Amino acid sequence: MIRSHVLICAGTGCTSSGSAAVKEALITEIKKNGLEDEIEVVATGCFGLCALGPIMIVYPEGTFYSKVTAEDIPEIVSEHFLKGRVVKRLVYQETLKGDEILSLNDTNFYKKQHRVALRNCGLINPENIDEYIAMDGYQALARVLTTMTPEETIDVVLKSGLRGRGGAGFPTGLKWSFARKSVSDKKYVCCNADEGDPGAFMDRSVLEGDPHSVIEAMAIAAYAIGSDEGYIYVRAEYPIAIHRLEVAIKQAREYGLLGKDIFGTGFNFDISLRLGAGAFVCGEETALMTSIEGKRGEPHARPPFPAVKGLFGQPTILNNVETYANIPKIFNEGAEWFASMGTEKSKGTKVFALGGKITNTGLVEVPMGTTLREIIEEIGGGVPNGKKFKAAQTGGPSGGCIPASHIDVGIDYDNLIAIGSMMGSGGLIVMDEDNCMVDIAKFFLEFTVDESCGKCTPCRIGTRRMLELLNKITDGNGTLEDLDKLEALANHIKSTALCGLGQTAPNPVLSTLRYFRDEYVAHVVDKKCPAGVCKNLLTYNIDADKCKGCTACARKCPAGAITGTVKQPHSIDTAKCIKCGACIETCKFNAIYKK
Amino acid sequence: MKMTIDMLNEIRDKYKDSVTIRKHADGTKVIVAMGTCGIAAGAREVLKTFVEEIHGVNDITVGQSGCVGDCANEPIVRVVTPGKDTVTYIKVTPEKAKRIAAEHVLGGKPIAEYQA
Amino acid sequence: MKKKLTTVPFTGTKEQEEALKAVIAEHKGEKGALMPVMQKAQAIYGYLPIEVQRMIADGMDVSVEEVYGIASFYAQFLLNKKGEVAIAVCLGTACYVKGSGDILNEISKEIGIKPGETSADGKFSLEATRCIGACGLAPVLTVNDEVYGRLTVKDVPDILAKY
Repeated sequence: MIRSHVLICAGTGCTSSGSAAVKEALITEIKKNGLEDEIEVVATGCFGLCALGPIMIVYPEGTFYSKVTAEDIPEIVSEHFLKGRVVKRLVYQETLKGDEILSLNDTNFYKKQHRVALRNCGLINPENIDEYIAMDGYQALARVLTTMTPEETIDVVLKSGLRGRGGAGFPTGLKWSFARKSVSDKKYVCCNADEGDPGAFMDRSVLEGDPHSVIEAMAIAAYAIGSDEGYIYVRAEYPIAIHRLEVAIKQAREYGLLGKDIFGTGFNFDISLRLGAGAFVCGEETALMTSIEGKRGEPHARPPFPAVKGLFGQPTILNNVETYANIPKIFNEGAEWFASMGTEKSKGTKVFALGGKITNTGLVEVPMGTTLREIIEEIGGGVPNGKKFKAAQTGGPSGGCIPASHIDVGIDYDNLIAIGSMMGSGGLIVMDEDNCMVDIAKFFLEFTVDESCGKCTPCRIGTRRMLELLNKITDGNGTLEDLDKLEALANHIKSTALCGLGQTAPNPVLSTLRYFRDEYVAHVVDKKCPAGVCKNLLTYNIDADKCKGCTACARKCPAGAITGTVKQPHSIDTAKCIKCGACIETCKFNAIYKK
Repeated sequence: MKMTIDMLNEIRDKYKDSVTIRKHADGTKVIVAMGTCGIAAGAREVLKTFVEEIHGVNDITVGQSGCVGDCANEPIVRVVTPGKDTVTYIKVTPEKAKRIAAEHVLGGKPIAEYQA
Repeated sequence: MKKKLTTVPFTGTKEQEEALKAVIAEHKGEKGALMPVMQKAQAIYGYLPIEVQRMIADGMDVSVEEVYGIASFYAQFLLNKKGEVAIAVCLGTACYVKGSGDILNEISKEIGIKPGETSADGKFSLEATRCIGACGLAPVLTVNDEVYGRLTVKDVPDILAKY
């Protein structure tokens, strides 16, 4: 009889770290020891602590093994499964208290989290529909189809206060009600799984760990607005998510949960997958629909809004993956339950992808209103290597940065807009004193210039001009006047671009100018980069106290910029120096530094 | 397959216990010592009995630990109930395990004669 | 980045042509099917040279301009053949902030080609990709779909030596 379940994370992060090999080794070793009737191995979705992958959790003890390799498996099986002795060196240290294994819920990482959208991730096998059903899966759909009218369904979503988790935060119930009011015999339900923001992987984890939650939600939405056909638009760069979705859709069809006459109510609904092809702009709703139509993903002016005229010219709703993931739970627990979490205008929870200069990189879900400080210092484990927190970027290339002075802001849609940023889809990149904010603004602009579809002039030309100005500044040729030009240009583009990509492209520039103007000024007036990043503004120097005069660097320098006699401290001629860094690599005494 | 609400509930009930094992055990823990001496004395059969009788019921979990040191008295089983003193049973056999499971773990009444 | 047209001459086989015809037959008449057909065509040939684009245009009854317009718009469609060893360095925000830009430059230096190019002997190709979502392992690169994470510039020679 099965007495123990071993959960192994099979999300992209852990898979890339080798969790598939760990699983194979585990199954082999368990069989070798005759334990296959006692121990069940389950591949699940993401637990969230990606920095410590591959992750393996043994229940019922709740032992959290981290950074497990296939080579560790024989030891784990013989010590833990056969003899009951936990392998301490592999356990997540925070859960180890002497001989006791603490609950994961008591660790700093999980304590303040409230996993709603991620409720099944890391708990069930996403390729087994029965496990989804065991966790009350498809109960919401059954109840909606058999006991509620479409209007009542929309009412629940409205009352819950759920707002779009893709970034704009539009009230979901309102969007559905617009589509319901539109008159047409063909309507579409779409799911935006393009997740284009670099650094964001919330949607990927939901799709890989709990794909049925999205399918069930789309069916509920279809019933609410009067649709019978849906599309999930997934970015092609997510092969595991695509596979899990294909399996889930197939299983749902087999069970009669997708297709004709669902639950015998006469309601029909089915879903097709469409793959993206590497265009960030296709995360924008009108561009996404154009892409499903098989064309260049160029956006349209709105109005008309998709709820009135969208895919193939029909009324369409498009919601983000995370938005959908919340829907079944809202119907199972009630709109009031959802509205009891979060802040006044931002209800529920939000999933964030913590990345950058932070100890616990990974996925977290917190109630709206949780402060940035709690996320960074408590859940995230702080900035590593003793560095100082400088800013957190939310909203990807459309967002802004939150500086250290605002670290106690409660995260919700309106608070973030008030300080010049935006919620975005959930990517939260932490930066420390070694990151240059001008360089970061330039990084995002390079991305946006590349991804601009080219249809409207403000974005096509405007972003390019902004990038030119930023390059000028980081090269050391900027003036104070350029800063004013940059700001004015940014504001122009914001108000004249055709779609969300162009309208928000200036945000990183505007928010870094707002909070880090002194850094920009240092670049143009002092011609220096305080963070030590912008290559052209750095000078390479030799510390006379450390230099032994070994002449190794002088011989290596391709520009002949280093002079000095043997056994005497050398010096670098900054005029000749091409900043290639060969000298730093060569020096065995750490005597050369950048400033 | 044509899913009905009854079928949905059936599937849910069938797999629910299996999935709920996957959370941190907050209820009563039955811990069977599984050091080499314990295994030699028959601890595996005792473990199997407890698992069959009560694993997963009412938040109760059955687990194992390493050797507790009292080798002459193996198999040793400890019943840890939150808020109460831990009860240690010695020289446990599958038959005794069945009684312990029914009377102490489920019924709440420790069996004095099986203890040290 | 701007797309480079292929410099390697087209060598398509009869099997590939048959496979492409089957894909077109499967999707013809479906709404918005041009993109899925092009994606499957790229899976068959490895890239989308103008010869394949013409075949698709003929089969799907659309103009070559339309097919080319789509091929040049989306980053995923390659007009240039990938190398045997296809290296892709992620330049997503999380990776960039942890130094993936330096890693890209180091590899470029070692192999002698710029991002977006394939080496003359067809062995290596290098590109900078969009975020692949493994941000917990930043900085990340892939070689033929195998993912390497938590990298530093010093790891580059070891990885290249494998190939």
